[in-house]
Amino acid sequence: MTARPPTDPGPTAADVVGHDAPRLEEFVDREVLDELLRSVRVLFGIGVRVYSAEGALLGSAASDQLPLCAFVNEVGSGRASCGATVTAARAADPGPVGDVVHPCFTGLAYRIVSLDYEGRAVGRIVLGPFAPSGVREPPPELVAAIPGIDAVRARDLLAREPRVKPEALARIAAHLKTTLELVIFSSHKAWVTSKLHLHAVRESYRELEEKTGKLEGALARLRELDRLKSNFLATVSHELRTPLTSIIGYSEMLSEGLAGPLSAEQADYVRTIHGKGGQLLALITGLLDLTRMESGTMKLRQTSVRLEGVLSDVVTTLAPVAKKKGVTLSLQSTSLASEMVGDAERLRQVFTNLVDNAVKFTPAGGQVGISAAVVAEDGGEEDGPAVLMAPLRKCLEVRVTDTGIGIPARERDKVFDAFYQVDSSSTREHGGTGLGLSIVKRIVEAHGGAVRIEGNAQAGTVFVVTFPTAEAQRALPRSVPPAAPGPAKSS
Amino acid sequence: MQLNFSAREVAIKLVYYGPALSGKTTNLKALHELSREGSRGRLMTLETKDDRTLFFDMLPLVLKTDLEGGLALRVKVFTVPGQVLHASTRRLVLQGADGVAFIADSQVGEVENNAASYLDLKANLQELGRSMSDMPLVIQFNKRDLSDIRSDEELRELARRGREPVYKASAVRGEGVMESFFGLLDRAWRHLDREHDLAAKVGIGPDVLLDRAAASLGYEGQARALANACIDGGRS
Repeated sequence: MTARPPTDPGPTAADVVGHDAPRLEEFVDREVLDELLRSVRVLFGIGVRVYSAEGALLGSAASDQLPLCAFVNEVGSGRASCGATVTAARAADPGPVGDVVHPCFTGLAYRIVSLDYEGRAVGRIVLGPFAPSGVREPPPELVAAIPGIDAVRARDLLAREPRVKPEALARIAAHLKTTLELVIFSSHKAWVTSKLHLHAVRESYRELEEKTGKLEGALARLRELDRLKSNFLATVSHELRTPLTSIIGYSEMLSEGLAGPLSAEQADYVRTIHGKGGQLLALITGLLDLTRMESGTMKLRQTSVRLEGVLSDVVTTLAPVAKKKGVTLSLQSTSLASEMVGDAERLRQVFTNLVDNAVKFTPAGGQVGISAAVVAEDGGEEDGPAVLMAPLRKCLEVRVTDTGIGIPARERDKVFDAFYQVDSSSTREHGGTGLGLSIVKRIVEAHGGAVRIEGNAQAGTVFVVTFPTAEAQRALPRSVPPAAPGPAKSS
Repeated sequence: MQLNFSAREVAIKLVYYGPALSGKTTNLKALHELSREGSRGRLMTLETKDDRTLFFDMLPLVLKTDLEGGLALRVKVFTVPGQVLHASTRRLVLQGADGVAFIADSQVGEVENNAASYLDLKANLQELGRSMSDMPLVIQFNKRDLSDIRSDEELRELARRGREPVYKASAVRGEGVMESFFGLLDRAWRHLDREHDLAAKVGIGPDVLLDRAAASLGYEGQARALANACIDGGRS
């Protein structure tokens, strides 16, 4: 079902749990087998070898050469006959009973016992050579095989070999067969387990790869859709602004009486049109900013900026709004000796937005305060150890404090997401698009800074914006970087 | 299925599938217990210490038909690991299966797990390029000895609506185990017979085969009666 990597010539999963008889060569531990056979030889004094069904030697514990064997091996014809006998014994068919005796030309013999597994012969045990109990003298084959052999000496040596009774040998063979079959079972089980584990892991890996591929495809598609959405928004916002400018312009002219006097009611209606037109323009401008940020086309002009100038501009601009609402707006302690690197226009946008928000969410009689200071940053270890980085870790901190409705702690990260509002009813009550803070965050971060929210001690919220000082700041990026994919970074 | 003409052997693979802890391994252990020594191999179980199957269990059976020409039927019965996380192992074990016994848990609370496991079986077969419709299947409702189980009437009603034979069992007591096994063997053999014309090739019809297989396994009664001992038995 799956293509196997070329480095893996092993059995397939189907082989592992398939129908073919298992091959002992593949899984029997030869060292363990040798040790087991040696213990049999030590215990019973008989040499033993184990072969696979295909004739491969899997383990052996040969006995010391018997004196009779040493004697016949002294001459060339004896060595040849001995080798032929061993070969024949190894190939002897244990027959349907699974147990056969193979005679040697010396009068000694071998016993061959079949090894069975799952009802099939998978190998054989060869026991011997040994001297069968009934044999008194060498058979005529000895003289035929080695003409001129000292027959008396051969008979003498054979007579001295200890005799092995067939029943005793049958018991030894049966015991060895059972033991070996258990070894085969355990080895096979371990082999199947490991092979199947390997295949299961490989199969899981294949599944994961397949799923990862699909997810990657989906992600690429989503990114493309996101890009299209941004383009669409940019185009639409731009196209919306043109007619809107006319609406605002003409309604302004009407309200100023350029087209003749209006009744009080008419003037009121036209002012409403003008006011709502302004709101709509702010919304569209926000959208346009956001799409420009997302497409990475919101340019940043790098200059040396003194924040106190920016802040006092903002306060001047918004003072009438605050006054109209009955909110005290004050600029406190802005004696900043430090400059920062930034785009003054974008920074003004940031603080206008924050202060405007603060005024908007503070009820009449409340207070909005702005303060700025140079502080030592107690940042984490991300930039490097404090002992090395401390002199660089000074930053400019601006705090916009209000006594308004406040933002619950669990919402404080989310308010920076585009289109997010703590409570959708606040949109209706206070206006706004849910875009302002996400734009603020993006601009601040593009300046190497950060924005976070703290609770005000009594009631309300403190927006804390920090920027690196000019000494610590590296060059600004050329534009506000597009958002990285993945979860929104918490401020 | 593997047909070895020279050795006069047919090898088939049966798989016990089902949700975790429904008693697949217990079925195999009972089948092992109930089989004659000469016809069964060692039961290979790969369990973790908490009795959950890690990879599979496998019971090899060699059933001699003792007919002229001496056909031997080699059956390997596998269980799959039921736990959800072993999905890939289930699919590996399912490869080349000639029949599936779905071991369902009779307990009332297990209805959803049974269904989920069946859908998993279906999906795995599909992944292997096979379909439920050409896979011989029997269903066993195990654990009939427990108290909070789905009633006999309910099972009968549901069994009547499906085509697959449904067996009731209590594997821990060895009840319904042989019935399910021979029911599956019968269906698997008939299916193979239709696909490969086995009756002509090996000279044994399904009824004779079932009888001989049961006798070889050590069952002395009527094999056909065993296979037919499903709910509303014997319908075809």
